[in-house]
Amino acid sequence: MSAVRRRRAIALAVARKDLSIEWNSRVLVNQVAPFASIIMVMFAFALDNDGILQRVAPGLVWLATMFSMLVVIQRTFAVESADGALDALRVAGIDPGSIFVGKSMALAVQLFALEALLVAMAVVLYGVEMSVLGLCEAIVTMVVATIGLACVGTLYGGLAAGARGRETLLPLLLLPVVAPVLIGATRATEAAFGSAGTAVSEGWPWIGLLAVFAVLFGAVGTVAFGPLIDE
Amino acid sequence: MDSVIELKGVVAVLGNFPALAGVDLSVERGEIVLLQGPNGAGKTSILRVCAGLMPIERGSGHVLGIDLTTNREAIRSRVGLLGHTNGLYLDLTVKQNIMFWAATVNATRAEVDAAMATMRVDKRLASVQASQLSAGQRRRCALASLIVRRAEVWLLDEPHAGLDAQGRDELDDLLRAAVSAGATVMLASHESERATGLATRIVTIDGGGAR
Amino acid sequence: MASSTGTPATRRLGVVVIAMLATLAMCGLWFSSEDVVQGSTVRIMYVHVPSIWTAYIAFGVTALCSAVYLTGKNRSLAWDRVAGASGEIGVLFVAVSLVTGSMWGRLTWGTYWVWDARLTSTAFLFITYIGYLAVRRLGGTHRQRARRSSVLALLAVLEIPLVHFSVVVWRSLHQEATVANPNAKVELDGLMLFSLFLGLFAFTLLFVWLVLHRQRTLMLEDAFADRGLDAAIVARHKEAEASS
Repeated sequence: MSAVRRRRAIALAVARKDLSIEWNSRVLVNQVAPFASIIMVMFAFALDNDGILQRVAPGLVWLATMFSMLVVIQRTFAVESADGALDALRVAGIDPGSIFVGKSMALAVQLFALEALLVAMAVVLYGVEMSVLGLCEAIVTMVVATIGLACVGTLYGGLAAGARGRETLLPLLLLPVVAPVLIGATRATEAAFGSAGTAVSEGWPWIGLLAVFAVLFGAVGTVAFGPLIDE
Repeated sequence: MDSVIELKGVVAVLGNFPALAGVDLSVERGEIVLLQGPNGAGKTSILRVCAGLMPIERGSGHVLGIDLTTNREAIRSRVGLLGHTNGLYLDLTVKQNIMFWAATVNATRAEVDAAMATMRVDKRLASVQASQLSAGQRRRCALASLIVRRAEVWLLDEPHAGLDAQGRDELDDLLRAAVSAGATVMLASHESERATGLATRIVTIDGGGAR
Repeated sequence: MASSTGTPATRRLGVVVIAMLATLAMCGLWFSSEDVVQGSTVRIMYVHVPSIWTAYIAFGVTALCSAVYLTGKNRSLAWDRVAGASGEIGVLFVAVSLVTGSMWGRLTWGTYWVWDARLTSTAFLFITYIGYLAVRRLGGTHRQRARRSSVLALLAVLEIPLVHFSVVVWRSLHQEATVANPNAKVELDGLMLFSLFLGLFAFTLLFVWLVLHRQRTLMLEDAFADRGLDAAIVARHKEAEASS
């Protein structure tokens, strides 16, 4: 088996394993999704104005994504450290780059599901309306932004997990890094939602920014994950 | 005889605490070495150093001919360390855990079945979530993963803990079988009367050093 | 073991730095003229611009030393300590430039903060390196600290331009009046220009001076921890003898 195929097999095994864990435990469905939903409701309490809510809905969707993401990342590394499984993977000499790719893929799938829920909530709660083209753009935005978020999240989540119980560090490290995603994804989603009269076409350059972010951190994460989780 | 493990004056630290304060140890192929000593003597640290997990601060160490001071990552795929934790995913079933490890090393279905049979993981047990298992069952599940991974050197930390009498005998049989198949075993235990029957050699550890 | 972190060379450097800072204070506060538009508030520039300049140098040094640490053959911890010292001093100077900048902003724009691209990404720079310093304090062995923080410092090199770029595009696409660069408004005469360059030079030397001392302090801290290790090894041997 060639090295590349071997790595791909490991990455897929790790991703499948993380998704099986979610399938068995339903933490995302039973805990994180309700948490993300309550954030959306709380935004409505805080802003208390239908017009404003409709205007800022894209930003709120992505803010809620960022906060929920922190919880999901903590969870994805908590299952690794509960019985020393990440340790076991390291002891077994499993290629850390492949672990990174696998965990990022699983995280991306979970984040995408969350974002879909949040966008649906924005439509229902905040009265957002979308054209078909806008919906397509929203989906592309979500896919590209999610890949970037998942890569960065796995990278910094691994660093915080390697430090044993320093979860409080994760938000401090992660939120500044994902600022470009918050900016880019919010603007692209504004275009998709047509908030404040933005045209759908205005969103595509932002999706380009998100793509650059995803590619960069995907590549760097594959290399940097090993040194970060090692002792 | 070629020595599988060769430690010379090894110092290893946990934070600022010298878990190992100058260990000399040599283990040859096919041995079952028992590390004996009180809690906190450094038994676990010796196993972790040999597994390439803990860096050597001073001194030198080789496992399977690989230099631990310069290239400790290279040893990892060839040794199997079973520590105080079992390395299981508690939300997965026994079968899912073992299948995950099998996928990482491209083990065949037959190897998985053989490993599960050896550790007496039957169909019913295979479908139980790891979080529901007793300590002994978890250990069996972890050992099955080790077999699936085809580790050449087995580093076991208190492997008998939590196993019932039958499980212990089974484990002893399994370890002997693994050794006759070419593996080398080093285990740490403070339950000496149990493990001495199994071990071919006993090394006493105290105060972070071998005596 | 040395009783101070100074050497004759750093002492001489220190004297030069203090003399230059004193000259800067004289030039900035006294000799240089007021700005036609901004009046005396322009004098903040002599601290503000040099401190952000120094912060950029500091983070550059942190990144460079981290890269050298990770790629170097012998992985000398000295590089890691210089990276850490430089990071700490960089955070200090970013803080100074943020504070002086918002004071200046209050005086010239009438507000402490505007969502100007440069300001916003400077704030991110500040938070990012606070995170870097937090990771340095996570504990573990010196080598763990060094590897973790070097990787993080290099990630910051990737992150900062991305953040800056996205913030710039964010501001420009909104087509709101970008706040004019305050420096550009100022007509600098000869002495003002001299003061500004003196400030840049003096702050750079101040940075070098501080880093030299700080990295030596870090070296002593590491050495002290190692000496503790030696004593602890002896103690463990005794513990073993006592129980045998």
